[in-house]
Amino acid sequence: MNEIILYAVISLGAIGVIAAIILFFVAQKFKVIEDPRIDEVEEVLPAANCGGCGFAGCRNFAEEIVKAENMEGFNCPVGGADLMTDIGQALGLEADLKDPEIAVLRCNGSCEHSPQKVQYDGVKSCFVANALFSGEGGCAYGCLGCGDCVEACDFDAMYMDEQTGLPVVKDNCNACGACVKACPRNILELRPRGKKDRRIFVACMNEEKAIPAKANCSVTCTACRKCEKVCKFDAIKIENFLAYIDPHKCTLCRKCAPECETNTIWEVNFRPRKERPAVKEQTVPDKIAEKPDSANPLTKKDEKSDTAVKDASSESKGEAKTDKQV
Amino acid sequence: MTLKTFKLGGIHPPEHKISAGKAIELMPIPTQVSIPLGQVLGVPSIPIVKRGDQVQVGQLIGKGEAFISAQVHSSVSGKVLKVDGVPDSSGYRRNAVLIEVEGDDWTDGIDRSTELNRNIRELTQSDIIEKIKSSGIVGLGGATFPSHVKLMVPKGKVAEVLLINGVECEPYLTSDHRLMLERGEELLVGCQILMKGLGVDRAIIGIENNKMDAIDHLASLIADYPGISIQALKVQYPQGGEKQLIKACINREVPSGKLPIEVGAVVNNVGTAFAVYEAVQKNKPLIERIVTVAGKSLMESANFQVRIGTPISQLIEKVGGLPEDTGKVISGGPMMGKALNSLEVPVVKGTSGILIMNAKEAKRSRAVNCIRCGKCTAVCPMGLEPFYLAQLAKYEDYSGCEKNRIMDCIECGSCMYTCPSYRPLLDYIRLGKTQVGKLMRSRQN
Amino acid sequence: MSGNILTVSPSPHMHGNQNVPKIMWGVIYAMIPALLVSIYFFGLEALRVTLIAVAACVLFEFLIQKYLIKGMTTIGDGSAIITGILIAFNVPSDLPWWIVIIGSLVAIGMGKMSFGGLGKNPFNPALVGRVFLLISFPVQMTSWPVVNPLFSGKLVDASTGPTPLAIMKEGLANGETVTALKTQIPEYMDLLMGNMGGSLGEVSAIALFLGALFMLFRKIISWHIPVSYIASVIIFSGILWLINPEQYVDPLFHLITGGLMLGVFFMATDMVTSPMAGKGQIIFGLGCGVLTILIRVFGAYPEGVSFAILIMNAFVPLINRGFKPVRFGEKINI
Repeated sequence: MNEIILYAVISLGAIGVIAAIILFFVAQKFKVIEDPRIDEVEEVLPAANCGGCGFAGCRNFAEEIVKAENMEGFNCPVGGADLMTDIGQALGLEADLKDPEIAVLRCNGSCEHSPQKVQYDGVKSCFVANALFSGEGGCAYGCLGCGDCVEACDFDAMYMDEQTGLPVVKDNCNACGACVKACPRNILELRPRGKKDRRIFVACMNEEKAIPAKANCSVTCTACRKCEKVCKFDAIKIENFLAYIDPHKCTLCRKCAPECETNTIWEVNFRPRKERPAVKEQTVPDKIAEKPDSANPLTKKDEKSDTAVKDASSESKGEAKTDKQV
Repeated sequence: MTLKTFKLGGIHPPEHKISAGKAIELMPIPTQVSIPLGQVLGVPSIPIVKRGDQVQVGQLIGKGEAFISAQVHSSVSGKVLKVDGVPDSSGYRRNAVLIEVEGDDWTDGIDRSTELNRNIRELTQSDIIEKIKSSGIVGLGGATFPSHVKLMVPKGKVAEVLLINGVECEPYLTSDHRLMLERGEELLVGCQILMKGLGVDRAIIGIENNKMDAIDHLASLIADYPGISIQALKVQYPQGGEKQLIKACINREVPSGKLPIEVGAVVNNVGTAFAVYEAVQKNKPLIERIVTVAGKSLMESANFQVRIGTPISQLIEKVGGLPEDTGKVISGGPMMGKALNSLEVPVVKGTSGILIMNAKEAKRSRAVNCIRCGKCTAVCPMGLEPFYLAQLAKYEDYSGCEKNRIMDCIECGSCMYTCPSYRPLLDYIRLGKTQVGKLMRSRQN
Repeated sequence: MSGNILTVSPSPHMHGNQNVPKIMWGVIYAMIPALLVSIYFFGLEALRVTLIAVAACVLFEFLIQKYLIKGMTTIGDGSAIITGILIAFNVPSDLPWWIVIIGSLVAIGMGKMSFGGLGKNPFNPALVGRVFLLISFPVQMTSWPVVNPLFSGKLVDASTGPTPLAIMKEGLANGETVTALKTQIPEYMDLLMGNMGGSLGEVSAIALFLGALFMLFRKIISWHIPVSYIASVIIFSGILWLINPEQYVDPLFHLITGGLMLGVFFMATDMVTSPMAGKGQIIFGLGCGVLTILIRVFGAYPEGVSFAILIMNAFVPLINRGFKPVRFGEKINI
C-alpha cells in the first residue's frame, strides 16, 4: 500500500519537474519583447474599453501611443486632460489636449411638444423604427425614443426619461461617442463642456421648412434667422433650415436664446436671467431653471442628476441650488 | 389537372378573400392627386414639370433616367400645385408632384376604347421594350421593379419561359383575382406581348386553386393563344414569391443571391401583363391600377380601379368610412404590407390593396421566451433559421448573419406568423439585412 | 375619420393561432390517456404522486420567478404542469411524497429556472429530476409496486417486484437465456397494454401512442424524432438480436418495455431540448436510440432512456450548428 503511494508521488513529481523545465525553455524561446511602457500606459488608462479614442480598446490605444512620435490625434475622452498630460510626461511627449466634451441631445420632441400621431408597435430599437417610419410624433429628424443610445452607453451616463420619452445625458458622460454612433438619426452630438459646464446649443435637428416642421413639433427650429442676426461672433449658421451654434466660436453671451420664438436654443447651467423681455417672462425662466444638465426642461431633477450636479464644481453646485429655488 | 406547389416550408394563413365576389368599380377622379416620383424599386424619377404647369392625363411628368428607374405620368388633368416633399406611407418626405384636378383631358394618341386589340404581329422586340419603358410600367405585384429591365436579358443568359404570377397568396387581396376574371383576354394578349418582348415561346400562368373561377375562365380562353398554359397551384403562402413560384411551376431553384433569369425564367404579375397590354395596344401609360379595399370591420369591401395618386382616405370613404375601432391601416396584404402612418398618402403603382384592421387584430401580443420549437425553421420557404438569424442580428453579429445567409430572406413573415412565442423575428432579421447590406457594400468599395 | 391613433408596426400584421400555452396544454391533454391507464393499474397512488409532483412544480416555479428572478411569472403557460406530470410518470407509484417534492424542486430549480426559465434549459427538466432521484434514492426509485388493477378484487399489500427490463438484465447477467427469461415476464399483449411493473406513466405503450397521435395531429411534435428514435432502436437491437437471439432480446421487447415510449413521444420531442431543423432532429433521434440500447444491453442500469436523452440533449447545440436546414437554391436542378 505504502509503495503504491510512494510510486505515485515520485512519478507525478517527476512529471511535474520535467514539465516545468520544458515550460521554462519554451518561455525563453518564445518570449515576446514588448515595450514595458505599454503596460505602464495601460495601467493608467481607465480600462473601460469604450472605444471613445478610436482604437480597439485601452490596450490597443497604449500600443499605438507608445509607437507614435507625437500625441496628435490621441485622446482618451474618459481620462481627460489630466490623464493625457500624465501619459505625455511618461512618454516624454507633448500631450494633444482637447477640451472636455459631453454628449448633448439635439432634440426636444417630447410627448408634450410633439404629440403622438401614430403608435409604434414593434421591436424597441431605434434602428428598426427608423427604417419603418418617421416617428410617433411625425418628425423625421427627431428622437424615436426607443433608447438605442442608452443601451449603447457603457458608463451608465444616460437614461430614458419616462415622462418625456427622451433620453437624458447625465453629467458623468465621458464623451466616448458610443451613443452618437448608436443613434440612427444623429441627434446626439459631442460638444465641448464649456466654461463652468455652461453650454448653449440648438436642440433640434429638423431640416424641414417652418410650416411642415411646426406641424409636428412646437419646439422645432423654424430657421427664422433671428438668432443668426443677433449673434455678434458669427457662431450661428443656418443651413438646410436649421440653425447650428458653433461651440468653438460661441462665447456664451446668451443673446440668442431669448430671440428664439420656439425655445429651441438651450442654455445649460447658467444663472437665471435677471432682466427679461416682457414677452418671454413665463417661458424663459422655466426653461433655464429646470435645466441643470442637458436634461429636458420639462423634467424635474431626479436623484441621479442631483448627484451628477454635486460631482461638478462647487460653483455650479451653488447654481443648481439657485436654479431650484426659481 | 395536377396541383403543384413549392416544397420547402410555407404556411396556410386564413384566406379572408371577402372581396373576391366584388366586381371592379371605377373610382371617381379625386379633386387633388399627389404623384410620388419615387414609385419604383430604384432611382426616383426627375420631375419635368413645375409649379403652375398645365398637365393632361397620360402626360410625362417625371423622367427616369437611371437604368433602374421608371417614367412617371400624370394620372389626371389639371394644374401642378407644387413639386415638393410630401410625406409618403412611412412619414418621410419624398418628392412628389401635386396636381389640382381640372376636368379629364387625355393626351392625344391614347386609345380609350374597351375594344380588344389582339394584333401584335407587327411589333418587334425592341418596340415592346421601348413602349413598356416609356409607359412607366413597374412590377404591380408590390415590388415595383421596372418591367422593361426584366425583359432585357443580360448577356450570357437565356430566357426560356415566362411565368405570370396570378397566385395572390396574401390573405384579403383580390385585385389580381378580379383582373383575371374581368380582363382575361387583355391579360392574355399582354402575356403574348411579354413573350414576344422576351423572345420566348412558352408562358405559364400560375394560379392558386382557391381561385377556381379564374382558372376556368382563363383556361377557356387560352386555346386562341398558343404557348400559354395555366398551372393550378395548391394554396400555400408565400407562393406568390418569385422564387417560390418558379419552384412550384417549373421545379427549378434560383440560387442564392441570383435573379430568376439564372434558371431561365422571368416572372411578371398578372397586373403587369394587363398594364403591358394597355401600354402597347392602347398606348396608355400606367396611370391606373386595381386596388382591393377590405377589412373585417368595414361595412363592405370592394375592388376599385383607381388613378395613381388618389389619397387612400378617399378609397376608405367610398366603402363607408373608417370604422371606429380601427387600429391599423395597411397598404398591401397582411403578411408583407406596410402599416400606414396617415390616410392622406396616395395610391402608388405598388399599392395592391388597402386593408383595415381593428384595434384588437392590430395589436401584437407580448413576446415571451423562445421555446426553440423550430417551427420558424420548418416554415421558412428559403430554408433559413429565423430564430438564429434574429438572435445574431439582435446581438450585432452581422458577419454571422451573412454566413447564415440572411440576405436570402424574402421577408415573407412566415416565421413570425407561426412563432408561438410571438417573437419579433422579422424585425430583427430586417435590421440584420440592412446592416449586412451595408457591410457588403463597404466591402465592394 | 375617427380620432383614434393608428398603429404602425413592421409586417407581418397577422399571427397564426399557435402560442406557447396552447402547445403546452396540448401536451398535457396528450398525457391524459397514459395517466388514466396508470391510475387503473396502480390505483389512486398514481394520482397522488402526479398531483403532488404537479403542485410542487407549479409552486416552485412560481416562487422562484416571483422571489429569485423577480420577473414576470409564467406558470400560466402550463410548462411546469408538464414537468410535474413527467416527473410523476417517471417514478414508481409508491414513492414517498417528500421524494416527489425533492424531485420537483431539482427539476424546476436546477433543471429549468437556473438557466433562465422556459426555453433556455439545455436539459429536459423532468429527466434532470428523475436522474437526480435515481442516483440519490436508488432503493425507493427501483422498487416497483406490483400491478394491481382497480376493480380486480385482488388485495395485495404494496408488494414490489422488478420490471421486465430488470428481470432480463439480471437474468442475462447470470447466464440465463432469453427464452428462459421470457417465461418470467408478462405476455407481449400485456406489456403493450401496460400490465407490468414500472414507473407509473411508462407502462402502457398504447396509451402513450394515442397521446402521440394527438400531438402529431395538433402539430405539436413532428415525426422526425419519434420515427428516427424508434427506427434506430429497432435497427440496433435487431442487429444484436440477429447475432445471437439467446443473448440479446428482440427489438419488440425493447420497444414496449421500460420508458421507451414515454421517452420517444414525450421527452425526446421536448421542443426546448431538441434540435431545430428536421435533419438535426433525425440525428438526435438516432443518437438517442443507439444510446438507449447501449445502456440497456451493455450498461449498468437496466433502463437507459433518460440517460440517452440527457446525453443527446447535451449534443443539441452541436447538432444545431452542424446540421443546417436544406437551403433554398442550394442544389441547382435544371
